[in-house]
Amino acid sequence: MAEAKFTTIKTTMLERLHIDGFLLFALLCLMGVGLVTIYSSGGQDWDLVNRQLTRLGIALIVMFILAQIPPMAYRRLAVYFYSFGLIMLILVLLVGVVGKGAQRWLDLGLIRFQPSEVMKLAVPLMVAWYISKFNLPPPSRNIAIGFVFVFIPTILIAKQPDLGTSLLVASSGIFALFLSGMTWRLIGFISALGGAFAPIMWFFLMQGYQKQRVLTFLNPESDPLGSGYHIIQSKIAIGSGGVSGKGWLQGTQSQLEFLPERHTDFIFAVFSEEFGLIGVIGLLFIYMCIIIRGLMITNNAQDAFSKLLAGSLTLTFFVYVFVNMGMVSGLLPVVGVPLPLVSYGGTSMVTLLAGFGILMSISTQKRMMSR
Amino acid sequence: MPPKRQTIRDHTAEANLVARRTFVSIVFVCLLMAVIIANLYQLQVTQHEDYQTRSNGNRIKVLPVAPNRGLIYDRNGEILAENRPVFSLEITPEDVDDLDSTIERLAALMSLTTDEVNDFKSSIRRQRRFKPVSIRQQLSQDDVALFSAKQHQYPGVSIEARLSRYYPYKDTLTHMLGYVAKINKRELVKLEEDEQLANYAATHDMGKQGVERFHERTLHGEVGYQQVEVNNQGRIIRVLSFEPPLPGRDIVLNIDINLQKKAQEVLAGRRGSVVITSPIDGGVLALYSSPSYDPNLFVHGISQKEYNKLLASKNSPLLNRATQGRYPPASTIKPLLALVGLEEGLIDETTEIHDRGTYRLKNVNHVWRDWKKYGHGTVNVTKSIEVSCDIFYYDLAYKLGIDRISSSMQLFGFGKRTGIDLLEESSANMPSRGWKRARFNEPWYIGDTIPVGIGQSYWNATPLQLAQSLNFLINKGQRHTPRIIKGYMVEGAIDVLPVEMQSPIPIVNEHNWDIVLDALYGTVNRSHGTARGAFKDTDYISAGKTGTAQLFSVAQDAEYEEENVSARLKDNAMYVGYAPYDNPEISISVVIENAGGGSSNAAPAARIVMDYYFSEIKPKGITLKTKKNDAAITGPAQASLSTVETITMETSGG
Repeated sequence: MAEAKFTTIKTTMLERLHIDGFLLFALLCLMGVGLVTIYSSGGQDWDLVNRQLTRLGIALIVMFILAQIPPMAYRRLAVYFYSFGLIMLILVLLVGVVGKGAQRWLDLGLIRFQPSEVMKLAVPLMVAWYISKFNLPPPSRNIAIGFVFVFIPTILIAKQPDLGTSLLVASSGIFALFLSGMTWRLIGFISALGGAFAPIMWFFLMQGYQKQRVLTFLNPESDPLGSGYHIIQSKIAIGSGGVSGKGWLQGTQSQLEFLPERHTDFIFAVFSEEFGLIGVIGLLFIYMCIIIRGLMITNNAQDAFSKLLAGSLTLTFFVYVFVNMGMVSGLLPVVGVPLPLVSYGGTSMVTLLAGFGILMSISTQKRMMSR
Repeated sequence: MPPKRQTIRDHTAEANLVARRTFVSIVFVCLLMAVIIANLYQLQVTQHEDYQTRSNGNRIKVLPVAPNRGLIYDRNGEILAENRPVFSLEITPEDVDDLDSTIERLAALMSLTTDEVNDFKSSIRRQRRFKPVSIRQQLSQDDVALFSAKQHQYPGVSIEARLSRYYPYKDTLTHMLGYVAKINKRELVKLEEDEQLANYAATHDMGKQGVERFHERTLHGEVGYQQVEVNNQGRIIRVLSFEPPLPGRDIVLNIDINLQKKAQEVLAGRRGSVVITSPIDGGVLALYSSPSYDPNLFVHGISQKEYNKLLASKNSPLLNRATQGRYPPASTIKPLLALVGLEEGLIDETTEIHDRGTYRLKNVNHVWRDWKKYGHGTVNVTKSIEVSCDIFYYDLAYKLGIDRISSSMQLFGFGKRTGIDLLEESSANMPSRGWKRARFNEPWYIGDTIPVGIGQSYWNATPLQLAQSLNFLINKGQRHTPRIIKGYMVEGAIDVLPVEMQSPIPIVNEHNWDIVLDALYGTVNRSHGTARGAFKDTDYISAGKTGTAQLFSVAQDAEYEEENVSARLKDNAMYVGYAPYDNPEISISVVIENAGGGSSNAAPAARIVMDYYFSEIKPKGITLKTKKNDAAITGPAQASLSTVETITMETSGG
């Protein structure tokens, strides 16, 4: 009896805190996997683990705060948030700080601020707000305006250049449009347009290093010690892990530092090497749980805005996973996308958990609205 | 229209639409997840072994470990070539806190030159930080002591030892022993052709000359391997396995270092060579070419300036005169021609000629002169050797003809390499009709044959060939190949290599050989013998033949006047001989360039060496045990000609 009573109290407590218990549990599992792998790939450096723990703490607090804000508030704030982000993006191009060969940061004295991260949330908010103002499915004119909202920040971010983030920002907006019910004919037309646009991009828009990345992706062995080195070492790490893996702290590719970007973008290779196919399937299972849960929240959301926002955030999360795993295992060209909640690093962690905060708000506050 | 629609919103239809799209999304997500898993399956299961191999290839490096080079001993076990540790002062930049101050303090302590410091600074830039870089090579004993006392004050700085070849007898053995030096590109190509490249993977030096070069394979040994785990920078994390190298074999030479030193002594300040061999087995006891140089100069890389000095020297110190010097054999080959004349039946013991100092051929307008202005009077074959009569041999050469001379002298080893274990050997030249046709496109004239009788004309020979032909003569046609190597050193005893022999020279009548050998005895021991003065009152009985090679063609009606001939055109003094006469143990061949007559210059030098052998070396015997019987041969070698066969049989078993 006491036990049953405790459970009910717990659920109600989580509900009162606007926390989705299942989602939180899955996210914490992922974070655990991340910490364990960072400890191994970072040369068993506790400092690294502690810094990541601090970030996770901050990000979880952000998530918790955002979960308290009702979806209606997001809807009202969407335009201001988007406008703010856009101004910041333009500012960054004008007075931004150059780091790692790209102009991504705004130096605000104490902290360095990366406006492109804001756009990962602002774009789906904006598109969901705009599309849901009208009946679904939206007419082509609205879709076109939606695309404008998506592509202005995408192009600005791509110019920094930050291919990975621009890809994520673009997909977050496009997913909102897709879920809103844009016609399949239009989807086909836009895909064809994109296909036609690719050669134009190759010859006129892409920079030398970006072309090089694509070429390297197509044939990494052509330059095994130069641009192909990352991807070759990464595939060796994954492949040599086999079914059961080499064991925690035993991955030679990572421990002996053959693998580049071990605790950041290429952490998946470390994980695959040490835990093998079995570990990888377990990790994918956790990701699938989160994505399915996100899509369930989408389906159960009360209004169109919440549905479009929740769906787009969830699918963008999947894009993170797919692009990162794809690039590390040689399926996709190398673009700087971290493995969400596992890779070491601060900015994307906060943005991601902020997204899950919004998702939890949608998940837990629907009943209040319906009341 | 739109505003109207706007007001009536079908929430259920919209929810269904989004639900359908969500479902499509789930299908897409699952499809893409399947692609990811399929790709990972491909990598981790299907291609697992391939990537496993590549992963190991990344982390496991096989490092070759150089074998220690075999040592070289003389017949008594004296070390002639050894591996000495050379010390170098090395700095590992990674382990040093403040590199600049360390270098500064080190420079003060070891009085490093600015060149050394600058070289070091430029080479650390090209190296990984954990790789030690040497700041001074070849530290002296004092340097080592000085630094060792202060080592604790210099973390990251250490003294490293590695083995390097050293020749303790310096210029005494150079041409025979040779030296090792850094492997060059041409040798790398050769090693690759011989499929030896892997074996030399860790080796820096290889034999460049002499025994070091000829016996390179034996001395080098087999490479070992160390399997190590390395990180991406190549730093060794741990050793996984170790297969030790097989060191090169230690070899023992027939050389007696003291005899060699004596040979060097008698040639001091002169150009020439001394070759001492054993008629018993063809072993080379001493082989010295003068002038010489210090082979240690080459081991650590000789400077271009010093090398040019050696190259440009008029005295050609780089040439091994004993095996590469081509000298007219002069009178030293008269005994051989006499033997051929006897065996061919052209002359016998009783054949006499009357020597009045000149020799003429019918219908040829040329006068050949004897070295003695008015001749030797009546001369038979024995006297012809003892007094070195020229006219006798002009006539004999005429009777034999070039074809018979050429083919018989080839049996005695002229015009061919002896096959000694040195690659620096010339075949010199035994002229023949065919040779002259090929060389000058001219027929052989009868006038060419006459001076061949006294070892002049186109005939030339190396001092080693002279020694070899003498051994063939005193062994009555038994032919041992001259050998510097005697065997291998195994656990303090010598494992003797079999003696190499060629098919013997056919004997027509053994008495003929005795006639010639008796004449060699007479040359040294009878009153008119040309070497009598040089060998007066020896404690042993020897035999031999002098020679004086003319380098300057005297005009037909002029006389050779020593004072008028420049030093470079003065006669070469030569002597070949052996002792004891009735039980030969050593034979010697001495050539001294531009010294003058053989009797007064080469023979006395030969005597000094022979005296030394019989007074100092023979009584002590050989101190190094042979592995076969484990008993030291302490007494003087008691072999005689008749026991040569037995010894050969015995040693060939080892």
